[in-house]
Amino acid sequence: MNFPILSSLILLPLIGAVFLFFTKSRNENNITLKYVALFTSLVNFFLSIYLWFLFDQTTSEFQFVEDRIWIEGLINYKVGVDGISILFIILTTFITPLCIISVNNSISDRLNEFLIAILIMETFMIGVFCSLDLVVFYLFFEAGLIPMFLIIGIWGGSRRVYSAFKFFLFTLLGSVLMLVAIISIYWITGTTDVVKLYEIGVDTKYQNLLWLAFFSSFAVKTPMWPVHTWLPDAHVEAPTAGSVLLAAILLKMAGYGFIRFSLGLFPTASEVFTPLIYTLSVIAIIFTSLIALMQEDMKKLIAYSSVAHMGFVTLGIFTIQQQGIEGSIIQMISHGLVSAALFLCVGVVYDRMHSRLINTYGGIVSIVPKYSVLFMIFTLAALGLPGTSGFVGEFLILMAAFKDNFLVAVLASLGVIIGAAYMLWLYKRVIFGKLINSDLNKMIDLNKSEIFILSCLAIPTLYFGFYPDPLINTIEVSISDLIDNYNFNIVSKP
Amino acid sequence: MSNIELVFPEIFISLSIMFLLILGVFKKNSSKIIQNVSLLILLITAVITFNETLSDKQITLFNESVIIDYLSSFMKIVTLLAAFIVLLISSNYLRTFKIFKIEYPILILSSVLGMMIMISSNDLIVFYMGLELQSLALYVLASFDRDKLKSSEAGLKYFVLSALSSGLLLYGCSLIYGFTGSTNFNVIANQFNTNEYAITFGIVFVLVGLAFKISAVPFHMWAPDVYEGSPTSVTLFFTIVPKIAALTVFIRFLFVPFLNLIEQWQMILVFLSIASMLFGAIAAIGQKNLKRLIAYSSISHVGYALAGLATGSNDGIQSSVIYITIYIIMNLGFFSCLLMMKRNNVYYEQIDDLSGLSKNHPMLSLSLLIILFSLAGIPPLAGFFAKFYIFKSVIEQSMYFLAIVGLLATVVAAFYYLRIIKIMYFDKEKESYDKDHSLWLKFSLTFSTLIILLYFIFPSQLVDAVSKINII
Repeated sequence: MNFPILSSLILLPLIGAVFLFFTKSRNENNITLKYVALFTSLVNFFLSIYLWFLFDQTTSEFQFVEDRIWIEGLINYKVGVDGISILFIILTTFITPLCIISVNNSISDRLNEFLIAILIMETFMIGVFCSLDLVVFYLFFEAGLIPMFLIIGIWGGSRRVYSAFKFFLFTLLGSVLMLVAIISIYWITGTTDVVKLYEIGVDTKYQNLLWLAFFSSFAVKTPMWPVHTWLPDAHVEAPTAGSVLLAAILLKMAGYGFIRFSLGLFPTASEVFTPLIYTLSVIAIIFTSLIALMQEDMKKLIAYSSVAHMGFVTLGIFTIQQQGIEGSIIQMISHGLVSAALFLCVGVVYDRMHSRLINTYGGIVSIVPKYSVLFMIFTLAALGLPGTSGFVGEFLILMAAFKDNFLVAVLASLGVIIGAAYMLWLYKRVIFGKLINSDLNKMIDLNKSEIFILSCLAIPTLYFGFYPDPLINTIEVSISDLIDNYNFNIVSKP
Repeated sequence: MSNIELVFPEIFISLSIMFLLILGVFKKNSSKIIQNVSLLILLITAVITFNETLSDKQITLFNESVIIDYLSSFMKIVTLLAAFIVLLISSNYLRTFKIFKIEYPILILSSVLGMMIMISSNDLIVFYMGLELQSLALYVLASFDRDKLKSSEAGLKYFVLSALSSGLLLYGCSLIYGFTGSTNFNVIANQFNTNEYAITFGIVFVLVGLAFKISAVPFHMWAPDVYEGSPTSVTLFFTIVPKIAALTVFIRFLFVPFLNLIEQWQMILVFLSIASMLFGAIAAIGQKNLKRLIAYSSISHVGYALAGLATGSNDGIQSSVIYITIYIIMNLGFFSCLLMMKRNNVYYEQIDDLSGLSKNHPMLSLSLLIILFSLAGIPPLAGFFAKFYIFKSVIEQSMYFLAIVGLLATVVAAFYYLRIIKIMYFDKEKESYDKDHSLWLKFSLTFSTLIILLYFIFPSQLVDAVSKINII
């Protein structure tokens, strides 16, 4: 394996962005620009599929590792994948081209810059998922703020400035503490290399504080209750492609961080703080589901449902059982597909009617039948109907939770019911009922590219719902190894 | 006197100043020639310094009152190059205000000479002489646009307050001399008795004077007014060049004679650092004028540089030097943008004047965007690495409180940098600015932006260059 496949994955979108930057065609050649960006991201997607093909599922070792000296004696540029990270990389490379296709006339202004921002974002997101050095991870993790801030701020809705600032400052505030923790780890252990840190471990007496510092960053990013308030704002104001990236991938960074760093590096502290995570997760699931029930704005409703779904993810991760963590990862992948699709669905009707309010719509089933079908698939996937990927994740998480803590599991199950309520109610109010608003008659059904995007998302949703084995096989060994390592640390260092 | 070639840069620059003065007197309309010759002199001096003195050896001259080591040579080169670029990009601005006179480059040269003496000083008297030489030149520079009320006010304000702080500093020096019997740093280091409280008093007074020169809170009051009132090109000079020299003296004064008293001055530095970081970040939020804003921003950046010194370790010194170097590059870029905001011979310097800049000037606003994110310390830009090194050395000494306060201050500071970005990118556009900027201005902006943007590819170079600094 001499070909640096991971670095190519990281760099390709960046090269595409630089190429776009020097393409001077402004208004006439919008299509060309889009094709350039699409081509770049598609090449990246196929490269990542090839990576999955080469990936050895029988080992939990990091694969395709590249290790280069970056700052002499301090930081190495080290990347690699294991079963946990590879799925997120594929999710990223899968969602990005769809985002680029979905960019349509709604973003006519500065299309070039928008595509550049999305491609740079892809670079940073892939970087987050494959970096094996804490400083490199932090670099990619934080750098993503810049393009996202601009995406929300330049191409967003009416309250975009407020939302962009809130997003940026919340996330930055959470992350600076993680930087302190990373530097402290360097001074405590003498390295920031994740693989070495897994071997030597972090001294138990420091773990609690370090865990909290990492938690502060991941909790904002996940987002967990009560620091989730930036998310609805950011989602509502961001343009459709921005919301999709935010929901599908950015939120997963934190879930990934919890598994990779919180569990992997600080097992003792994770054990200590599990009740805290349980509490916050259950509050997030029930509380934000109830909030979602009352929303009048479709995007806001989906944003709150994201918080609830991420509550399941954190719950599953900290059950620290095979099913729980597997469920969390599948839930994250599924949420990546489903929430992306739901935001695109909202984007579709918003482009036509310029309203996101639920009461604008109603009774459109006979006007836009294709849309109604696809929207239904994703609604059902979001509420976790068996046969969709949403079910597999939630089921595994709840199973693990029942083994660990009965009360938490019961409360979380209650959240599933409320989740079904708000999603079905949303669907009913938008699609069925009487046609009150006569403007809706002029609505045009999905065009080809929209059908293509939504089908691309629907197929894996259903496929993994019936047959999640490809996912589970990929992650299984890595997770069982992680849990063995975790239990070993708990037992050996009480 | 066998090592006279080591002070050749200083000798060369002082002879050149005299030559230029005479040239200016006898030749009419010679400002353009003098400008170009001064640029050449700065460059030549930098080359001489690089060739003759840049080595790991530590050599003292003139009865140990002047020291030439890696730190001094490095800082001199940075000073000279920074002054070179300032002079290079300021000519159009000066022409617009009809203050393109022979005195301008000569004053800059004299203050640079003063700074070089400060940087090399190993003796309180030499240090004070250098300090006064550079300050006198700076007073005149601040009020260089003398027909403008604000510029004269800036000069006067700077003069009065600076004289006061020099007085305090001198009093501190006399206390130190009185209780140790020497003004030489090395002699003081060997002689004093740590139980003598008067020495602590002396240190405090000198620190106050120095803190004034680098505008650390609570001795920062002059900075916003002077920065706002002075001509923009002079403000650029103020924000970057004197800070290098003052920081070097800070390092030399604290770490050579008084390292044993670290528990006395460490607290003061921690306080100065925290106060500067927080105050600079909070006070900048309400500003409307870009020059005032950058004054507060520079106060806060000085706080970070001092945080490195407060660690009292060699790593800390190196991280401060790295910080100030990257800070200089960022500020050069920022002011290049400011000097480009010109329309019909009027320079604009309010934040609102940036409104919608990205529509009319995509490249200018993109550069400014990169510079501002870097000033805010967002990775992967150079500003992040500067802060990273500082916090690395701070945490090494287990000063977690300082590190956390500093990082929280970056979040506050991020707010006002974001506000500028918001105005540039999210707001409605105004009339566009002139586009026919001088080549050098464009060069300086491109140069600094590219360094900031691409620093992450070659981060080791600067660290290597600085790693030879060895004071303790």
